[in-house]
Amino acid sequence: MLAKIVEISLGAILINNFIFSQFLGCCPFLGCSNKVDTATGMGLAVVFVMGFASAICWVIDNYILVPLGLAFLETLAFILVIAALVQLVEMFLKKAVPSLYSALGIYLPLITTNCAVLGVVLLNVQNNYNFIESVVYGITGGLGFMLAIVLFATVRERTQFSDYPECFEGFPICLVSAALVALAFMGFSGMKIL
Amino acid sequence: MIKTILLAILVLGALGGLFGALLAVASKVFHVEVDPKQAEIRACLAGANCGGCGFPGCDGYAAAVAAGQAPPNKCVAGGEATAAKVAEIMGVSNDAADKMVAFVPCSGSTEMAELRFNYNGPEDCRAAMLFGGNSSKLCTFACIGLGNCAKACQFDAMHIIDGVARVDRLNCVGCGACVEACPKDIVKLIPEKQKIMPACGNREKGAAVMKICKVGCIGCMKCQRECPADAIVVKDNLAEVDVTKCVQCGHCADICPRHIISYFGPEYKNR
Repeated sequence: MLAKIVEISLGAILINNFIFSQFLGCCPFLGCSNKVDTATGMGLAVVFVMGFASAICWVIDNYILVPLGLAFLETLAFILVIAALVQLVEMFLKKAVPSLYSALGIYLPLITTNCAVLGVVLLNVQNNYNFIESVVYGITGGLGFMLAIVLFATVRERTQFSDYPECFEGFPICLVSAALVALAFMGFSGMKIL
Repeated sequence: MIKTILLAILVLGALGGLFGALLAVASKVFHVEVDPKQAEIRACLAGANCGGCGFPGCDGYAAAVAAGQAPPNKCVAGGEATAAKVAEIMGVSNDAADKMVAFVPCSGSTEMAELRFNYNGPEDCRAAMLFGGNSSKLCTFACIGLGNCAKACQFDAMHIIDGVARVDRLNCVGCGACVEACPKDIVKLIPEKQKIMPACGNREKGAAVMKICKVGCIGCMKCQRECPADAIVVKDNLAEVDVTKCVQCGHCADICPRHIISYFGPEYKNR
């Protein structure tokens, strides 16, 4: 069991990183990586939502959809869960932890449309994970996302001080540096843990 | 077939209803009282999130005003009109604050100030400071002129002209973003009604200034002697204006042998 969890964790964080090897969640990855602070905020929010979404979606899938033979509704039902969950988390944070709420700001509602969150719950089903494995995959997938976005934000902060051709100003240099960071993660591809 | 369709509708409908009900309950349970005034005030503000009010963004300021912890006239970007509207919402009188504008106390343009070294690095004052002497100009009090302040300005009021930052007082709202951005800490805010300001920050002795800058203040005291209001005083080899005493006559600007006293008189708008 423990070995399986370690395998899932390392896989989600490094080897099959959601952004760099599965290309999920690229929109917030490019959009919210201007500064390390905002990138960390976005990363934390994603860890939070991915973990909860994995848990709730697993319950709904295994106790409602599969027994009724409605597994084809998974995508639709999961989107519903994620949207409602993000709303709930937002309300809860606003009341309980206002400081975290204001730190996450606009990124919290934006997670509804983060495809990495939907990706993680669908992959849970595809990989036949049990409840604990699903939650571990959700949280570590989020941590992988956070690692990627924070690393990329540090790279982007440095590009601001470098001398690149004017035609690369803005998004071009951002995409080029994203590709280079992704290349670094290619070093992990194909690794086997056990 | 029809059974599956009905089941699907039923299950998703039930899930949707359940989540809807949960969210409705949650919105009551986790309801946070927000002062309706806060939203109204927020709508009046300039919305640039410049931080000129001293609060974290427009939302922070609106919350502080609604809570009665901040005066209504702190929105520098919105100016008088905004202050009046906010005061009306809060039902308090609007004591007009002195509008502030940024000022760069340096006249050391490329021709005037001697260079310490030819700088070809990134366009960033902080970077230029790393190469020794804390400046690419020989005068350590000088504006480096690589435009950290101009980049920070959201109102197109800060420009680098001939290697020195210059403030466009017509555009400046006094938010102080440039003051924060200046790594040399030379940019300052002065009241807009103050029309006279010595544009030099060098506190070295006259002879030393002469060697490194064609326009720097040499502390000759001529302005101090001739000022009719005793408002300008040379302190540590640098002329300083006491804004509470200055009568804005502009005499010092006329007689300064180094021509470094800036005069933002009526002709400023016709520049």
